[in-house]
Amino acid sequence: MAISMQLTINGKARSFELAQMNTAQLVEQLELVGKRLAIELNGEIVPRSQFEHTKLSDGDKLEIVGAVGGG
Amino acid sequence: MMKDNKLSDLLKIANKTYQSRLLVGTGKYKDFAETRAAIDASGAEIITVAIRRTNIGQTAGEPSLLDFLPPEEFTYLPNTAGCYSADEAVRTLRLARELLDGHQLVKLEVLGDPNTLYPNMTETLAAAKTLVKDGFEVMVYCSDDPIIAKQLEEIGCCAVMPLASLIGSGMGILNPWNLQIIIENAKIPVLVDAGVGTASDAAIAMELGCQGVLMNTAIAAANNPVLMASAMKKAVEAGREAYLAGRMPKKLYSASPSSPTTGLISK
Repeated sequence: MAISMQLTINGKARSFELAQMNTAQLVEQLELVGKRLAIELNGEIVPRSQFEHTKLSDGDKLEIVGAVGGG
Repeated sequence: MMKDNKLSDLLKIANKTYQSRLLVGTGKYKDFAETRAAIDASGAEIITVAIRRTNIGQTAGEPSLLDFLPPEEFTYLPNTAGCYSADEAVRTLRLARELLDGHQLVKLEVLGDPNTLYPNMTETLAAAKTLVKDGFEVMVYCSDDPIIAKQLEEIGCCAVMPLASLIGSGMGILNPWNLQIIIENAKIPVLVDAGVGTASDAAIAMELGCQGVLMNTAIAAANNPVLMASAMKKAVEAGREAYLAGRMPKKLYSASPSSPTTGLISK
């Protein structure tokens, strides 16, 4: 098992010194706890209720989005 | 007795009613405080927001749009601004639905060209089909082509929103005749989206029979956005009342003066 995990988050490669991580832990690692956001993992939406149960794997691609001003 | 139009004349979209017929965007403001002040002055109940990648590594305490405009106070209308394909637009709105706790009312726009921001109607039609099937209530930004507008209605969109002129151009209503055809043919609300530059443009849109107007730049890019927001509120209300009142017919000249023709002195 790898001791670090490589993820692509919002188009940027990031590595984490963890062998295992779920989506909730990723949100903590990125200091996004409490922010209103939505996450897509490899093209599929991860419902907020499933963050803790959704394990991440090396090479996963994630999109993390929020609402911003727009017309 | 005079009927209170404000209470009885409500905007109805996807089985929900609204007092305000002015829908506003939340982009291009100086800061969130100005955004909030302008939106309050506009009286808008429906506000559009964009869905964008979260800025990772930003300071934890940095304010967000939602702090200034709580989703409990407004009806959020997440948009697909910046999307150039049906797939991107559908993905964006599925994320928006998750972000906003299952919220179904959305603004679909699929652009065709970065210079003009003119909509790509082929992709828009494809996205609308998918979204309606997926349970979304789709308010759709479109060209002012009456046939396309009808097709979007037939697909099941809850409102069509033809452009008055190009996004952010402030050129006003360039083709009132097309808008009129779209309005006459539609069984769903028609709102003008994009192109409004000043209050009279909004009033004209409403006088044509639009159910509402959606704008962003006309307010945000004014010298005094809060004052322009207030002007737009009045223009939309005035235009609506004029539409309901029914204007007098246009005549080149009139042989019917406003003052009595009898009782003149020295006659």
